[in-house]
Amino acid sequence: MADLLPEHPDFLWHNPDPKPSYDAVVVGGGGHGLATAYYLAKNHGITNVAVLERGWLAGGNMARNTTIIRSNYLWDESAAMYEHSLKLWEGLPEELEYDFLFSQRGVMNLAHTLGDVRESVRRVNANKLNGIDAEWIDPQQVKELCPIINIQDDLRYPVMGATYQPRAGIAKHDHVAWAFARRCDEMGVDIIQNCEVTGFVKDGDRVVGVETSRGRISTGKVGLCAAGHSSVLAELAGFRLPIQSHPLQALVSELHEEVHPTVVMSNHVHVYVSQAHKGELVMGAGVDAYNGYGQRGAFHVIEEQMAAAVELFPVFARAHVLRTWGGIVDITLDASPIVSKTPVDQMYVNCGWGTGGFKGTPGAGWSFAHTIATDEPHALNEPFCLERFETGVLIDEHGAAAVAH
Amino acid sequence: MLLIECPYCGPRDETEYHYGGEAHVPYPEDPFELSDREWAEYLFYRNNPKGLLKERWVHTVGCRRWFNVVRDTASYEITAVYRMGENAPQPGGQ
Repeated sequence: MADLLPEHPDFLWHNPDPKPSYDAVVVGGGGHGLATAYYLAKNHGITNVAVLERGWLAGGNMARNTTIIRSNYLWDESAAMYEHSLKLWEGLPEELEYDFLFSQRGVMNLAHTLGDVRESVRRVNANKLNGIDAEWIDPQQVKELCPIINIQDDLRYPVMGATYQPRAGIAKHDHVAWAFARRCDEMGVDIIQNCEVTGFVKDGDRVVGVETSRGRISTGKVGLCAAGHSSVLAELAGFRLPIQSHPLQALVSELHEEVHPTVVMSNHVHVYVSQAHKGELVMGAGVDAYNGYGQRGAFHVIEEQMAAAVELFPVFARAHVLRTWGGIVDITLDASPIVSKTPVDQMYVNCGWGTGGFKGTPGAGWSFAHTIATDEPHALNEPFCLERFETGVLIDEHGAAAVAH
Repeated sequence: MLLIECPYCGPRDETEYHYGGEAHVPYPEDPFELSDREWAEYLFYRNNPKGLLKERWVHTVGCRRWFNVVRDTASYEITAVYRMGENAPQPGGQ
């Protein structure tokens, strides 16, 4: 019987045992960790790098997000970061020689109240000033772009228009991780799964090693990319982070023929919907209110999200939910990420991306790798430092970011 | 869905409550004496443990009163409920 089976396809990466020492260790083998290792190798020539993953590669938020990619953020600092990320997305399939189904099908953010309309138009204008493609479209144009949406005025929150970013879209999340992992592996990065970090070795204020479930690893530099578990790692390293971990839920329907050609997000009724290449309707909710590391949330959050989705898309009423799940998102109080040096010398942290980390994957990796390699922030992530919580120079994207983070 | 025992009304569904974040974060005794770092700690830094967290909830659609809960953030199990102004019960204590 075994003779009849085809050969196993080539592995995209190897699973080496950890070496005793590396130039840099990245903690977290999700999208951000892999992108960081990739740009450490590609942009800075640092290839003696280990990516340590507690579970399996890209099994955390990288496996749980709704894959939306856009850059239509209000504030200059965010616009710069996310637009840089979007430009990287546009080149990555060719650069990584991996078609991870990046589809620039556009993203619209609906407005349902007069306040929404004013905020949205303001954001479109801000985006244009930052060179980001953005336009304000009226309900009829919304309907033309997405015929299944209900723009009648009998809704509790009727569609009063939308912002539209044509270059935005979706990608196949786990293929993105595999594409980065394959190229990292080719460049000499060790991807080490089932390797939990249990402590840090310090010499004074400087980190010199990592204690793991697979032994001690010496290293000159440590980059933390652990999203919802960042606080746990920071505590092991002896400092605190201004983040709170919350469950964030999402779900997919069973497979359907293509009915939804773009991505629709609504902040006001809080749901975001796209249709994956396979045909599932992919929907995300808001965070559960309480702190949680459980990778699960409450059903009433899903119920509210479904009610919003069915009101906006009456055709969804007879679709069935196939699967729901939760991830652990790390929320800062200004809803912007932290890509920064830390109180520990040679230790760096990339966290706080909250509910919007997937789109930032390449931009985070690019700027975080620069920070790790040079011990200085890149111009892109300088505003996203930890010190902003002391100086008060916050980047307040709550609401301003098109959806609540 | 959590089942939370309001100390005034008894057990109710999570949907009757709102979350108030970490409990026992006192307002600074002398705000004028605080450094920028200490203000940042007060305004933006909260404990975020994977494990027991003392937190506040308000029974919004019931008695509308605030109270404290000790909850495990990994298992979501509630191990204690106590009123404002009371100290958290010691684990394994009375």
